[in-house]
Amino acid sequence: MRILSLALRRLAASLPTLLLILVGLFLLLQLAPGDTVDALMAQMGGGDPAQMEQLRSFYGLDAPVLVQLARYLWRLVRLDLGFSAIYGKPVSSVILERLPVTLLLMGISLCFAFAAGMALGVLAARRANKWPDALISTLGLIFYATPSFWFGMMGIVVFAIKLSWLPAGGFEEIGTGATGLARVADIAWHLVLPVSTLALIFLATYLRIMRASMLEVLSLDFVRTARAKGLSQTGVLLRHVLRNALLPGLTLIGLQAGTMLGGSVVVESVFNLPGLGRLAYESVVQRDLNTLLGIVFVSALLVISVNFVVDLLYAKLDPRIVADR
Amino acid sequence: MFMTRRQALLSSAGVMLAGLLPALPAAAQAPAATPRKGGVLTIHLGSEQRILNPALRASTGVYVITSKIIEGLVDLGTSGRPEPVLATSWEASEDGKTVTFKLRDGVKWHDGKPFTSADVQYSAMEQWKVHLNYGTTLQLYLEAVDTPDPLTAVFRYSRPMPLNLLLRALCDLGYIVPKHVFAGSNVLENPANTAPIGTGPFKFVEYQRGQYVIAERNPDYWREGFPYLDRIVWRFITDRAAATAALETGAVQISAYNGLPLADLDRLRTDPRFEVSTRGVEANVFNNTLEFNTRRKELADVRVRRAIVHAIDVPFFLENFLYGLGKPATGPIPSLSPEFFPNNPVPYPFDKAKAEALLDEAGFRRGAGGVRFTLRMVPIQNGEDVPLLATFVQQSLQQVGIRVEIVQLDIAGALTAVYRDWNFDLATGWHQYRGDPAVSTTVWYRSGSPKGAPWTNQYGWQSDTVDQLIDRAATELDPARRKALYAEFVKAVNEEIPVAMLTERPFYTATSNKVQNHHTTPRWDSGDCHDTWLAP
Repeated sequence: MRILSLALRRLAASLPTLLLILVGLFLLLQLAPGDTVDALMAQMGGGDPAQMEQLRSFYGLDAPVLVQLARYLWRLVRLDLGFSAIYGKPVSSVILERLPVTLLLMGISLCFAFAAGMALGVLAARRANKWPDALISTLGLIFYATPSFWFGMMGIVVFAIKLSWLPAGGFEEIGTGATGLARVADIAWHLVLPVSTLALIFLATYLRIMRASMLEVLSLDFVRTARAKGLSQTGVLLRHVLRNALLPGLTLIGLQAGTMLGGSVVVESVFNLPGLGRLAYESVVQRDLNTLLGIVFVSALLVISVNFVVDLLYAKLDPRIVADR
Repeated sequence: MFMTRRQALLSSAGVMLAGLLPALPAAAQAPAATPRKGGVLTIHLGSEQRILNPALRASTGVYVITSKIIEGLVDLGTSGRPEPVLATSWEASEDGKTVTFKLRDGVKWHDGKPFTSADVQYSAMEQWKVHLNYGTTLQLYLEAVDTPDPLTAVFRYSRPMPLNLLLRALCDLGYIVPKHVFAGSNVLENPANTAPIGTGPFKFVEYQRGQYVIAERNPDYWREGFPYLDRIVWRFITDRAAATAALETGAVQISAYNGLPLADLDRLRTDPRFEVSTRGVEANVFNNTLEFNTRRKELADVRVRRAIVHAIDVPFFLENFLYGLGKPATGPIPSLSPEFFPNNPVPYPFDKAKAEALLDEAGFRRGAGGVRFTLRMVPIQNGEDVPLLATFVQQSLQQVGIRVEIVQLDIAGALTAVYRDWNFDLATGWHQYRGDPAVSTTVWYRSGSPKGAPWTNQYGWQSDTVDQLIDRAATELDPARRKALYAEFVKAVNEEIPVAMLTERPFYTATSNKVQNHHTTPRWDSGDCHDTWLAP
C-alpha cells in the first residue's frame, strides 16, 4: 500500500514535466520544415498539389498550429494518443506492437551489462593495478569508445556472414508459425547479436563505476573490522563490500534507462528489429507527429518507472534510505 | 573512360560467372531448365509503405509488393512493350478520343467475386483520376468510362489521347481494384488499402508493420498452372548495409532499385552467388539534377547556368563516386528510352576555361579572394549519391570562383524549401523518367505548376516555346511526329537549361542465383512474378 501511494505521488509529480516535454516537442516539430504529406510525396516520387491539400485535410494538418495543439492535448486528457499517419491506425496500438521488442532488448541488455560489469568491476578491484585490472580496464575503455553501429556491423560480418552461426537481423524467423518454447528459442537466437552490441557499451560504464566504488568501500573502517574478526577475503567482498558498492551502479541504471532507449535506435536499425527506436526514427523522417509524441510519452513513462524501481531497490540494499522519505 | 571500366567490370563478372559455376551452367540464365513448384521468395524493401494500393499511390515501393497481388489492364512484357493482362485487346478511335478495352473473361477477385468492366470504371474514375499521383494528370481529360457489357470498357477523353502514351502509362498508373470493396466507403480509410484484394497470382496474407508482408499462391489464378512459388515475403530492412548482410546470408534473395549501398553493389558484382545488373529495370531511369532558381539575378543569365554546368566534370564524378554505375546525361530524355531519345550529344561538357569565360562575359568577375558570388544549394536526399554530388558541385564551382553553401535538410524539409518556399539558389536531387516524357518529365519544364508541387518547374523560369511543345506532344497521335516534337523540346530546354540533367543512371538490382526466370521484363521488380521459381 505504501509503495502504491509512493508510486502515485511520483507519477503526479512527473505530470507537469511530461506536459512540458510534449508541448515543447510539438512546437519544436512545427519548426522542422515539411510535414507528413511532404514526406509522403518524397516517398511516392511526386504528386499534384490538389492531392496534397486533400491529404493535408485528411491528416488534420490544415488547421492552425494552436488548434492542432489544443486538439492533441484534449485527446491526451482522454488518454487517446491519436492516429498514426504512417501506419493508418491508432498510435497506442502501433506503440504496443513495438514496445515488447524494445523492452526485451533493453531489459536483457541492461541486466547483462549490469551483471557482467559488476563481476568484472569486482575482479578488477580485487586485483587493482595488477595485470587483470589493466586488461579489464583497457577492454572496458575500448568497448566504451567504439560506436555501437560498428560493433553491430562487425558482429554481422563475422558471426552471420563469415561463420553463419547467427542470423544477420530480424526479430524471429518469418512464417515458421513456431509457438511456445520453439518461438522463445528462435527469438533468443535472433537477439544474441543485438543484445551483445547494446550491452557492451554500457558494460564499460558499470565496470568503471563498480571498480571505483569497490576500491572506495574497501578502504572503509568496517572492512578492516570484518577482516579483523577473521572473515575470508571472499566473504568480506561479497557480504560487506559488494552490497555497499552496488548503490552507485544502481543509480546509473536509472540514469541510463533513457540513454538505452536512444542507443536502441541504432541497434534496432542495424539488426532490423521492429522496436520503438526504429519507430521513432521513422516517425521523424516521415514527420508523423502523433506517433513521435506518443513514443516520447511512453518513453518518459518508462524512464519514470525504471527510476521508481531503482528507488525501491535502494531501500532494499540500504535500509537507512527509507528513513529519509 | 567510364564506359571502359564499366564494361571491363561487367564482362569480368560474366567471366567469373561462367568460370566459377560449372555445376549450374544452364540454371543461371536459361529458361529451358524445368521450373520447380514451391518455395518462398523473400524480397528486400528499404522503407515501410503507408498503404498497399497502387491505384492510389504510384511508387516503386508500393509496386514491388502489390504488383504480385493486384493486376492492371496491361503490363510491359518480355518484348518491352505493353502486353495484355486484364485487358485482352484495345483499340483507339480515329480522333484519338475513345479507347476501347476488351477484358479477360473468367477472372475472379481473391474474395471470389467476378472481375468486370465496372471495376475498371470505378478504378479509373474514382481512384486514378481523383487520388493517384501522376494519374490525376494523365487522366485529366478523361470524361467517362462506359461499360456497354461486363467485358468492355470504353475510355472517353475530351482531348485526343495518344494510344502509346496511355498504354505505357497504364503499366504503372492502371492497376484495377475491386469496386465492390471500395464503392461507398471513404477511399483513403478503406481497410483494403493495407490488406489488398486483387486478381493477381498471389493472395495477400499478412502485413506485420515494420517487419514483413506475406502473400501466398492464388490457387484460382487465371493463368493455368501458375504461379510456381508458394509464397512471397517482403522484408523491410531500413539499414542498407544490413540489407546486404541479409542478402549474403540468404535471408533475402532480391534487392531492387538500388536498395543496397553503391559500394556493396559494386562488390557483389564480382560475387558468383549473385547477379547485379540493370536487367529488368530498364523502364525506370533517373538523372542526378542541378536545378537553378532563376529568380536569383546571377542565375537568371543563361550564360551563368551554362558556365556552371561546364564547370562540373560529370565523368570524373561517375567514375570516382558512383563506381561507374551510370553515364553523363544528354538531357531530360535518357538514351535508355529508345522510343523518344533524340540521339543528341551532352550539351555542356566539362570545360573549365569555357566556364570562366562565360562567367566573365556575363559580367561576374572574380572579386575579393577570387570569389565571383555565393550560392545556397539544397540537396534533396533521394539517395546516398545526392550529398556526394552536392559536395562535388561545391568543389567544382569553387574552382571557377563561385562559392556554394550547402544547406542540410532531410527530404521532407528539402522538398518544402525548394518547391514550396523557393528558398534555394541551386538544388540537386533525382529526376525519374517513367517510360514516356509526358508521365513525369515535362512537368519539370512546363510553366503553371502550382506552388508546392514537388519535382515540378518551380525555378521562376518560363518559355512559351517549351510550353507549346509540351502541350502539342501530349496530344499528338502520330508516334513519329510525337518523337520529333520531343526532340525539339529537348533541344529547347538544353538551350535554356533551367535544370541540368547531369548523370543518367539505371537502377541496379541484386538477385541471388537461386532465383530463376527473373528480370525478364523491363519493369520486372514491379511485375507479377507468376513464372518465377527457385532452384533447390
